[in-house]
Amino acid sequence: MPTLKTKINPHSDVFISRKSSMDHLVSELDHLISEIAQGGGEVACQRHLARGKLLPRERIHQLLDPGSPFLEIAQLAAHGVYDDNLPAAGVIAGIGRVAGVECMIVANDSTVKGGTYYPLTVKKHIRAQTIAEENRLPCIYLVDSGGANLPQQDEVFPDHEHFGHIFFRQANMSAQGIPQIAVVLGLCTAGGAYVPAMADESIMVRQQSAIFLAGPPLVKAATGEEVTAEALGGADVHCRQSGVADHYAETESHALQIARECVRHLNWKRPEFPSHPPARPPLYSPDELNGIVPTDLKTPYDVREVIARIVDGSEFNEFKQLFGTTLVCGFAHIYGQPVGIVANNGILFSESAQKGAHFIELCCQRKIPLVFLQNITGFMVGKIYEEGGIAKHGAKMVTAVACAKVPKFTVVIGGSFGAGNYGMCGRAYRPRFMWMWPNARIAVMGGEQAAGVLAQVKKDNLARKGESWSPDDESAFKQPVIDQFEAQSHPYYASARLWDDGIIKPRDTRDVLGLAICASLNAPIEDSRFGVFRM
Amino acid sequence: MIRKLLIANRGEIACRIIRTAHSMGIITVAIYSEADRNSRFVELADEAWCVGEAEPASSYLNQARIIEVAKSSGAQAIHPGYGFLAENASFAAACEQAGILFVGPTARAIEAMGLKSEAKQLMFEAGVPLVPGYHGASQDNETLEKACKDVGFPLLIKASAGGGGKGMRIVTSQEEVSNALASAKREALSAFGNSNLLIERYIAEPRHVEVQIFCDQQGNGVYLHDRDCSVQRRHQKVVEEAPAPNLSDLTRKKMGEAALKCAHAINYSGAGTIEFLVDAQENFFFMEMNTRLQVEHPVTEMITGLDLVEWQLRVASGENLPLTQEQIPQKGHAIEARVCAEDIYNQFLPDTGNIHFIKLPSGLEEKPSAHGENTPCLRLDSGVVEGDNISIFYDPMIAKLIAWHPTRTGASLKLAKALGEYKLGGIKTNISLLKNIVSHPAFLNANISTHFIDHHKSTLIPHCQPDLHLLLSAAAYLANKAITTKKHLDHAITPWDRLPYWRLNLPPKTTINCKYESDEFEFSVSYIDETRLLVEFQSTIYQVLCGSHHEMFRTEINGQSKSYNVFEYNEILSLFDQERQFNFTLPTLHLRADEQDRHSLRAPMNAKVTALLVEPGASISKGDPILVVEAMKMEHTLTSPSDGVLIEFFCKPGDLVTPENELVDLDIGEAAQ
Repeated sequence: MPTLKTKINPHSDVFISRKSSMDHLVSELDHLISEIAQGGGEVACQRHLARGKLLPRERIHQLLDPGSPFLEIAQLAAHGVYDDNLPAAGVIAGIGRVAGVECMIVANDSTVKGGTYYPLTVKKHIRAQTIAEENRLPCIYLVDSGGANLPQQDEVFPDHEHFGHIFFRQANMSAQGIPQIAVVLGLCTAGGAYVPAMADESIMVRQQSAIFLAGPPLVKAATGEEVTAEALGGADVHCRQSGVADHYAETESHALQIARECVRHLNWKRPEFPSHPPARPPLYSPDELNGIVPTDLKTPYDVREVIARIVDGSEFNEFKQLFGTTLVCGFAHIYGQPVGIVANNGILFSESAQKGAHFIELCCQRKIPLVFLQNITGFMVGKIYEEGGIAKHGAKMVTAVACAKVPKFTVVIGGSFGAGNYGMCGRAYRPRFMWMWPNARIAVMGGEQAAGVLAQVKKDNLARKGESWSPDDESAFKQPVIDQFEAQSHPYYASARLWDDGIIKPRDTRDVLGLAICASLNAPIEDSRFGVFRM
Repeated sequence: MIRKLLIANRGEIACRIIRTAHSMGIITVAIYSEADRNSRFVELADEAWCVGEAEPASSYLNQARIIEVAKSSGAQAIHPGYGFLAENASFAAACEQAGILFVGPTARAIEAMGLKSEAKQLMFEAGVPLVPGYHGASQDNETLEKACKDVGFPLLIKASAGGGGKGMRIVTSQEEVSNALASAKREALSAFGNSNLLIERYIAEPRHVEVQIFCDQQGNGVYLHDRDCSVQRRHQKVVEEAPAPNLSDLTRKKMGEAALKCAHAINYSGAGTIEFLVDAQENFFFMEMNTRLQVEHPVTEMITGLDLVEWQLRVASGENLPLTQEQIPQKGHAIEARVCAEDIYNQFLPDTGNIHFIKLPSGLEEKPSAHGENTPCLRLDSGVVEGDNISIFYDPMIAKLIAWHPTRTGASLKLAKALGEYKLGGIKTNISLLKNIVSHPAFLNANISTHFIDHHKSTLIPHCQPDLHLLLSAAAYLANKAITTKKHLDHAITPWDRLPYWRLNLPPKTTINCKYESDEFEFSVSYIDETRLLVEFQSTIYQVLCGSHHEMFRTEINGQSKSYNVFEYNEILSLFDQERQFNFTLPTLHLRADEQDRHSLRAPMNAKVTALLVEPGASISKGDPILVVEAMKMEHTLTSPSDGVLIEFFCKPGDLVTPENELVDLDIGEAAQ
């Protein structure tokens, strides 16, 4: 198999300066995530622990197999979105192994606003369920939530993908044979009661968890009846009398062990993992990526240097290497799993788009998962390109991406702008997962270009009125637009709104892809049927 | 002449007898129970016959079946070993009737010594010194309680028919008498089928010294010197030596002659042992006579260079004793340690389970007692191989390790070293205790009594802390286990198996908890990669490099590399270093014990239920005795884990239960909480 050869000199000034700049972004990310991992903060955590409860990350740790990775999603959800600080949107979600089975785990963090659901909490919960459904991952809900956040009820309750959709998804996943297990580790009030009630199996903890449609305060207000939470909907009530819950646990740890037992008895068989070729690390260390990738998106570099640090043995069988060279396509393996890689190496031309469409068809034909390494400012513009039909060639690639049923994985390693985002499997094209590097940017176009377009329109209007515009006025007009685009295209801004599944470090890309591809193969790969390609 | 010999025993003694028989050109027939089908002695014998179920009563005590096998196989003689039928007069008589040679004394001699009270009367008449006591036939409570009062405290209650500490109780005051009598009777009845007891003065710091005698059918008798078996726990010997240290030659001679007097009093023939209690002034009192080959016979073989089993077979065939008293050699010193499956941290309770792993000490010689002038000799008498089970049905002794040296000190050091190298994984053993005994200053000074272990418990069973390197290695092993165990699997390894504790944008970390004795340890482990770990322990971070070499787990910490044998079974992790075994208790992945305890009553080990102490429906309080089980012939009373009502017993007397069996249905009134 052809091997990529690096042309990088790790002692060069360029390498060192790029590295220092990427290292800075990475340490910023580390810092932020370690803060988010603290949940609702010292005081709330201590209060939680004092009640004999486990913190949500510890619950997950105990639930998982010893040594299991945990592929968390949307760590930055709700970051900087609300007036309230809402770390991880108050719910931790991700994929981990339980009893040898990759499961989607959704754990409320009751140290964050009592685990109540803000709009982005709902969005994250549903995103986790979407991942579970698309990849056929059994779901385990570690429930400890006060339910909908009442002041935000208009953004949480009524619409299509609001609170009710959680239970809709639960029911439909169960219908598809994707197991739904709920471990009740706190209160489940009103709507929240449906998570365990609609689960295939549910577990409650003695004197720790409760399920009821109306809690003691509402009962008292409605009927005057005074009753404790435990007597109203505790584990004894639901395991012995109502049958709302199935398993009775003595402690939280016990409950988590019961959940493990439940998974053990799912009779879950994932498709066999390919044993050949065996996984091998890349020839070049992924750590070098920080010195290779410029944080300034305008600076070009060869994307093969990135591929060489992601794929097994740095082996890459490139397809149409000499044609449409601004798009790099080829076959490789990640942790022993075959992948087709589609990576930008410049702006998209008609040839590159045709090549991309062809390659995507190949992968679908062969049932090979696709990995998109996105760094794209868009398709080429200009008269001769329009004449050459760049719109229809671009459309071919977009059609191919849209219809490809193999698992798709998108990593935004640089810019994600305009129609390039579509052709390279942006969020709207339903990649199974999508991540961004901390240097990445995502927007309909660059801030400068957007400001330029708006300025041109305004200038034309002024010109029609016979007025003129001073360069100072023009730059004063452009600056807020540039600032707005810069802020909104930032990966944290995107990730906070669930436009992706998380910010990952360049060096972790191989591991993240390896875990995600493996998890995605729990779902059999369907045949792809493509729409009409405009020829 | 014996051409074919049936061995009516199992384990190490069966192996031992087979070895001598083979060296004499005798064909051997083993009998085995269903539990022993794959045992070593079955393999060693020329032919083997299954005689019944695991329960000794239906196999090794099944006289009719054994005699039938002897006849079918054409064996001329039966060697009973020790235990089981070795001192069973009716079996000896049955052999005689069937025309089969019983390798041992006559039924009459066995009978005479079998019931201790009568034996003592006989010895009294023969002029052998006795400890004051009650050996009467009247066994009603009133008589026994009065006898206790007469003999005075402290006193000892024993089963008349028994031996080996079964049915034995020390009583220090009048208040304890009635309970002690009742439980001794129960134990005696179950162990020997006879509940008769005898009562004796308890001598404060006695030594247990015994004399090995041999008599032929022509009335000749010799004594093969003495043995000291003072080091005991639970009234059972653990370390024995020959000759007994610190006795005057005169005392030795007097004891030897008294022993022969005992033998002649009952027209004894074959191998026998007369046990004496010896006080500080070298006064000795007859305790009992064992009419068989003793467990500890190898120490006598080592100092005399003789093969006692060979002598037994010759004498049983009617030959004269090979040597006269003056010709019996004595050279150097031999010490034996009995390696048992038991928990030295929990009252020496027998342990059961599978022996996953055996590492033998170096320097073992194939043949016993072939020592030359200056060749220290080490001998291991063992009947187990890797993978064998130590079951509830039989004695928990696994092996005997014996060292010989021209000097007593030399033999002690030799034995201590060998014990340090002897490693058994899968069960708890007393090896480290044995090693501490034979290297203890008091032992080296021959300052011993039957209370040796009690007196020195704190130094013999030390609260010995594993060192830092070992602790970090245990943590590294546990942290690495998830990865290393998968490495050996043939099938494909997914990335989910390759990235230990991987977390997105957070350090890969885990916490390892384990317990050593009563100390709990917590380690925070993070991964640099699969072989390099950072282990945080008591606020210091250590880098641990780890890997496996030659089935050893090797770690390098601060530039020092050490290797350990590591074995994990159930929730116990055993690390063996050069010296000893460290057992760590791991947190159970299932319901924790304290959580389970509220409802649950289970036997601590495989055991047999002997008595139910409350009626179903009774209200009980936490700590109330609920039932009695017997394991390895020791009784354990199980108490209620909480207040409540006992609904039902899930067992009845006679049932065999395992630690997995719930024994009672206990309503602790939970729904009402």
